[in-house]
Amino acid sequence: MIRFENVGMRYGTGPEVLRDVNLNLEPGSFHFLTGPSGAGKSTLLRLIYLADRPTRGLITLFDQDISRLKRKALAPLRRKIGVVFQDFRLLDHLSAFDNVALPLRVAGMAEAKIRQNVTELLEWVGLADKLNARPPTLSGGQQQRIAIARAVITRPQLLLADEPTGNVDDEMALRLLRLFEELNKLGTTMVFATHNETMARQSGLGRLHLENGELSSL
Amino acid sequence: MIGRSSNDIPLQRDGTSRMLPWLIGPTVYLAALAIAGMLALHGMLQNWDRGLAGTMTVELPAGTAEPVVTSVVTLLRTTPGIASAQAMDRAAEAKLLEPWLGNSVAVQELSLPRLIDLHVVAGARPDLPALKTKLVAAAPGAVLDDHQQWLDRLYTLALTVEATGLAIVLMVSAASVLTVVFTTRAGLAVHRDVIELLHGLGARDGYIARQFQREALRLGFAGGLGGLVLAAATVWGLGHVARATSVLGEQAKLLPDLHLVLWQWGTLAALPVIAALAAMITARLTVMRALARLP
Ligand SMILES: Nc1ncnc2c1ncn2[C@@H]1O[C@H](COP(=O)(O)OP(=O)(O)O)[C@@H](O)[C@H]1O
Ligand SMILES: [Mg+2]
Repeated sequence: MIRFENVGMRYGTGPEVLRDVNLNLEPGSFHFLTGPSGAGKSTLLRLIYLADRPTRGLITLFDQDISRLKRKALAPLRRKIGVVFQDFRLLDHLSAFDNVALPLRVAGMAEAKIRQNVTELLEWVGLADKLNARPPTLSGGQQQRIAIARAVITRPQLLLADEPTGNVDDEMALRLLRLFEELNKLGTTMVFATHNETMARQSGLGRLHLENGELSSL
Repeated sequence: MIGRSSNDIPLQRDGTSRMLPWLIGPTVYLAALAIAGMLALHGMLQNWDRGLAGTMTVELPAGTAEPVVTSVVTLLRTTPGIASAQAMDRAAEAKLLEPWLGNSVAVQELSLPRLIDLHVVAGARPDLPALKTKLVAAAPGAVLDDHQQWLDRLYTLALTVEATGLAIVLMVSAASVLTVVFTTRAGLAVHRDVIELLHGLGARDGYIARQFQREALRLGFAGGLGGLVLAAATVWGLGHVARATSVLGEQAKLLPDLHLVLWQWGTLAALPVIAALAAMITARLTVMRALARLP
């Protein structure tokens, strides 16, 4: 599903944030990505969801060497990947419904089908009565559920979460983890970045650890 | 390229494009006036050309004796290629001068040059230098005027006016295109976060560009329509003034007749559509270029 070979990454002329990263994630697997703040977790995820290109090395996504792909071919690949950002990145001028509908509109789905899918999913995450609410009027937890709904509405093959538990209490973090495990059981490959190593350790799931730009499998 | 498009980027609220109609409006206004002017000028030139082609005038000095006038008319009538020659009588000449000098007895008594109207056989090209020589021999001081010099000057003037009008329209259009480019770039900058999010969600460049296109089309058309309405009012008003000042009769108007016919109004009506399409295409190219820089 995801393969990194000797991947290096630096921002501009800065130091190398990632050095000789090698990894190989099987379809349907669940991995934590741990490491202290500033270790390069977000950078690694950005490379996976095609927000940046590596400065060196080879990345293979869905069996395709992305350095050989034309820019135009990246858009369909991005649609197979769902991302939950730590800061949610919801659009404040759109309703909860329209925020969740965004990936489907981008993919060109018919409006009637969008209505059905989005309504169902928002019911599932317990926001059936908030379809028309704008994100600024909702609580942090509700906003996060919208962000997750937007990430999974397209049933992506790969789901990336960047510190989704960063701003929530322990109980909420656990419930989130259960939700992601549920999605993983349904076949979604999952990478969950967090600096909370305790949670990762207790879960007993696969762990990738970043330290000083170097990746190790624990 | 127009079609259905989403509305995720709040372009209508940001104010970056609010000035767009105020530049496209005047552009269409100037273009419409220039085109209306050209159409009117063309009509006028054609009328003159049609009226004067095939006619010439021979002018005999004042006081030329009547028998000499008659002999010149005979000479002209027997010249190959000349269909008819008719000496204007004194009353007709006085009538021509009436608007300027009034209808007094004095006019009748003025010593005026005698004019002879000529009509050339359609398509014939009489030997003018030879004719001139013969005329001077028959009546010293006779002048042959084939109107050509006058028409040539008129054409040169018309061409200059048209070129100037075209240059103005081109410059204002270029300014409008640049405004669309800068407006679009401002919109891209203001909505950078939204655009990066859409891009990250797998939106194709065209999906994002369409939203800018639709906005440019809407504002371009609104501005263009405003400009056209003002231009139509101006043309109509000028036409009114032209008719009001034509106290000298149909033949001698101070202003060209700005009365446009249906197809000419149709040409003008296409201007807002053209302006809107130009704005739309400019917005698209600007967005596509900017997005090409994203990974
Ligand atoms: N856009 C950027 N430009 C320059 N440096 C960056 C940028 N993003 C991250 N960095 C740097 O890269 C390093 C890794 O950052 P990040 O991937 O965000 O780490 P983490 O997510 O593990 O906290 C940090 O030193 C950070 O300052
Ligand atoms: Mg981070």
